[in-house]
Amino acid sequence: MTPKPVHQFYETAGHREYCLSFGADNAERTILIIPPLFEEMNRTRCMIVEAMRQLPARGIRTYLMDLPGCNESLIPLSLQSLTSWHLAVADAASHLGATHIAAIRGGCLLDHVVAVPRWRLAPVQGATLLKTLLRSRVAGDKEVGVHTTAGQLLADGCTEGLNLAGHRLSPQMLSELETAIPIVTRLVTEAQLDDVAGSLLWLRTEPGENKEMSAAFAARLDIWSATCAR
Amino acid sequence: MAHDIENAIRRLLSDVLGLSPVQVSAIKDSTELFGAIPELDSMAVAGLLTELEDRLDIIIDDGDVDAELFATFVQLVRYAQAKVAG
Repeated sequence: MTPKPVHQFYETAGHREYCLSFGADNAERTILIIPPLFEEMNRTRCMIVEAMRQLPARGIRTYLMDLPGCNESLIPLSLQSLTSWHLAVADAASHLGATHIAAIRGGCLLDHVVAVPRWRLAPVQGATLLKTLLRSRVAGDKEVGVHTTAGQLLADGCTEGLNLAGHRLSPQMLSELETAIPIVTRLVTEAQLDDVAGSLLWLRTEPGENKEMSAAFAARLDIWSATCAR
Repeated sequence: MAHDIENAIRRLLSDVLGLSPVQVSAIKDSTELFGAIPELDSMAVAGLLTELEDRLDIIIDDGDVDAELFATFVQLVRYAQAKVAG
């Protein structure tokens, strides 16, 4: 039987943010999932949620958190920074009682604020995400006959913020992305794409799904969370 | 080496566009990309270029990026080959 989703919330910076959840209240393992950032979040959501549906049968509760300014959030993205997202992850983990964290792509830039075992898939540097967003903006500008460069956009963005591929990013978000890297500690386990029968859904032009990847992702989270040192 | 680059780009297009192995093998030199494939918009091209940089260990100058570069498969391959050759 397909488990029913549970709609949960956590509080951060005085606001309630949404989490999609599956699994029992008394589950022994509770995994908080930090999604990829920006456009990559949409492209991978279906795969992640399908994996989450498979985990209650293995005794695991999962939460997929909305970052402030994203998805169902009522707060503007333009007010967010990696710092505010770090706080959100810490608040969500504490409020929801996370025993483990799983992070994907840009989500791996946010997971080190909680001292629980962390599993990562395809971590990416902030500068790489920023470069792709800037490149998209430059290409989009070119299509309408406006000549811009990544350097010039970033310089302007330092004071006013920037609209990149529909995401309004604050000066602080831009500067923090430029230097952010996934921080490695002994609590981190990094998975390879092959471990989850993966395809690069976050690169896809359209949000997609991959049932084989969801099944492997769920199985890998189960094995890792059952065996990793806490 | 040239063949490796061609295969890397074939694989990358497959990853980005979600193509089946049959569709990937059907890509020819003259296969049109930008403008011919609706999904290959500016956001998709941006992701493709960043991933291409990672896979081939090259730096792509944004000034080089225009519809011409992506007009056909072979044009993209030749550009990448030139970048790898330095």
